[in-house]
Amino acid sequence: MPYKILDKARLNSVTSKIVIEAPYIARNARPGQFVVIHIDEKGERIPLTINDSNPKDGAITIIFQGVGRTTCRLAALKKGGFVQDVLGPLGKAADFGRAGRVIFIAGGVGIAEILPVARYARANNNIVTAVTGARTKELLILEDEMRGASDRLFIVTDDGSRGARGVVTGPLKELLDKEAFDLAYCVGPDIMMKFACGLTKQYNLKTLVSLDANMVDATGMCATCRVKVGGEVKFTCVDGPEFDGHLIDWDEFMKRQKRFVALEKRAMEYHGHKCRMPG
Amino acid sequence: MREQKPKERIRNFNEVALGLTEEEAVAEAKRCLECKRAACIGGCPVEIDIPAFIKLISEKDFQGALDKIREKNSLPAVCGRVCPQEDQCEKVCILAKKKEPINIGALERFAADWALEHKVAKYELRTPNSERRNARVAIIGSGPAGLTCAGELAKMGYGVTVFESLHSSGGVLVYGIPEFRLPKGIVESEVDYLRGLGVEIALNVLIGRTRTLDELRKAGFGAFFIGIGAGLPYFLGVEGEMLNGIYSANEFLTRVNLMKAYLFPEHDTPVKVGEKVGVIGAGNVAMDAARSARRLGADEVSIIYRRTEMEMPARIEEIERAKEEGIRFELLTNPTGFFGDADGWVREAECVRNRLGEPDSSLRRRPVPIAGSRFKMALDTVICAIGQGPNPLLPRTLPDLKLDEDGNIIVDKLGMTSIEGVFAGGDIVTGAATVIAAMGAGRRAAAAIDVYLTQQA
Repeated sequence: MPYKILDKARLNSVTSKIVIEAPYIARNARPGQFVVIHIDEKGERIPLTINDSNPKDGAITIIFQGVGRTTCRLAALKKGGFVQDVLGPLGKAADFGRAGRVIFIAGGVGIAEILPVARYARANNNIVTAVTGARTKELLILEDEMRGASDRLFIVTDDGSRGARGVVTGPLKELLDKEAFDLAYCVGPDIMMKFACGLTKQYNLKTLVSLDANMVDATGMCATCRVKVGGEVKFTCVDGPEFDGHLIDWDEFMKRQKRFVALEKRAMEYHGHKCRMPG
Repeated sequence: MREQKPKERIRNFNEVALGLTEEEAVAEAKRCLECKRAACIGGCPVEIDIPAFIKLISEKDFQGALDKIREKNSLPAVCGRVCPQEDQCEKVCILAKKKEPINIGALERFAADWALEHKVAKYELRTPNSERRNARVAIIGSGPAGLTCAGELAKMGYGVTVFESLHSSGGVLVYGIPEFRLPKGIVESEVDYLRGLGVEIALNVLIGRTRTLDELRKAGFGAFFIGIGAGLPYFLGVEGEMLNGIYSANEFLTRVNLMKAYLFPEHDTPVKVGEKVGVIGAGNVAMDAARSARRLGADEVSIIYRRTEMEMPARIEEIERAKEEGIRFELLTNPTGFFGDADGWVREAECVRNRLGEPDSSLRRRPVPIAGSRFKMALDTVICAIGQGPNPLLPRTLPDLKLDEDGNIIVDKLGMTSIEGVFAGGDIVTGAATVIAAMGAGRRAAAAIDVYLTQQA
């Protein structure tokens, strides 16, 4: 049974939002979990964070950037269309409960990934501070939603077109110098997470990250998503995607993330199109 | 049996063994001595009435032969291809003592393929009794154990739903065994046959996550069968196994088989195979991985195995075919670490040579490293095929489910787990074994579920 796309919107030139009918997933999904989407018989299976779930409508919301062949194909689908397979909810859900003062750090499409966890933090009576960043104002997503989900929101852009000029570690460092926090939660490009974790480690602030690793089955079977955490091999799909960011071997993880880059480029060339983002 | 020639077949993923013609099948069937006390039946884990179906083939009643097989075996086209007949029915064939045993596997395959070719699908349902029909059974996992259990229960008249987490049904038959050994169309036909029996297949459902056992109970399922297989890949646990270019056999084969990476970039899932591939292990999975790597264009593919050819767990037929396809065998060799370049790609394996010592608990002679035998082997792709264990994902969601120390599910004599009404069988109970052993377990569990539900009614 294919899964219907109930709604589709374009958030900016690279980011799309789709709402998919998946009643069982909508009912059981928790913040921090993800689904695997397989568009059709020829498609790849890719993991995408569940950004919102609505059990009443039986719908889940996915926000993603069109960067590779599969996400570009997904971005080209329209409301009323279908994807062949959706599996989930997968991975461990956020379960930090009431930690106290929690600081969220997110970059790019990572903002969509922290949003449900920030809402979870609010619902568990934490004091939520958030730092979100993007390259430009145009690429900054979910500002209103993040404002609604946090007590304080700090925004940065690389070019200063919205909020302060700079990267997320700037305001993060200022805040860490001035205030005490009990927990940090960080999602964004790998390099951003690496530096944010490097910084919070200096302040001895426990930091959770959610990894976006390449997966196939996403049920613990193939081990392609393996990552070293505290010297132990973990599977991102079933042991994660949330891990203690201070324990991750970032350099190794970032090398592993490049395993299929050359082949992905070849696939894009073979199919002869750049990522187009129709509405 | 006719086969594709090695030089041709290493350039494609089409089936290697081409099957028997009608004349060949009838001639082979006529060799059968129709033993009164047929040892072959006892050699078959699901006790197919082998002499009876062979006699029907010799009489050219091919449909009759298939019906006879289907009395005991729901997946004949699969078993005819992948069963280790040489260790089972054919091993005890009386003719094996003097000359060649009857090629039972080829005949089973012939009967199944004949029906597929002639598009004959005959569904024989036993008279369902009304109490039974009210009880629904949930099968978790659509591999050989689950499909067999589903087919048996459907024939008894139960409503059966098979839940599968992947997007195709068949379990290891679709993600693990390559197209050239078991065409996916064959698996699909066998699953279609089960659908014809009334079995419902629910894909993309990970029990414990998408839906829970409790939810299914509330939805009216009265009994459960867990047949989730041995899905957790083992690694050697040596230095450098996180390097790029090192795959678990599960990953490599799933990319190639389920995701059809051999059709990349027409299909989107990539698999990267270098020039020098090392496959660690020497079971059927290792042979499948090595032969797939060869077909994907690797110049040199080596099976790296710590013991000798004698101890290799793979079927002899598969070892022979691998040799014909130019697979090298580095025997009595054990990798002790992997080393890579600055970008994190594997470049070489460090290995030791072994000699064989005293037999271990598996009754095979234990490999003992030879002092000072350390050497380097250049490799740019490594596939680890040293076995699989139980995937803990579902058991973790069922705290009352008793597991043994290896994480396999503990069952009683009837196949029931520590949770009432929940049965289990196949690799998740026994540890990794064969397709036919899993089917035997599925079949026995179906009988036990029938007894259980009849008592409950």
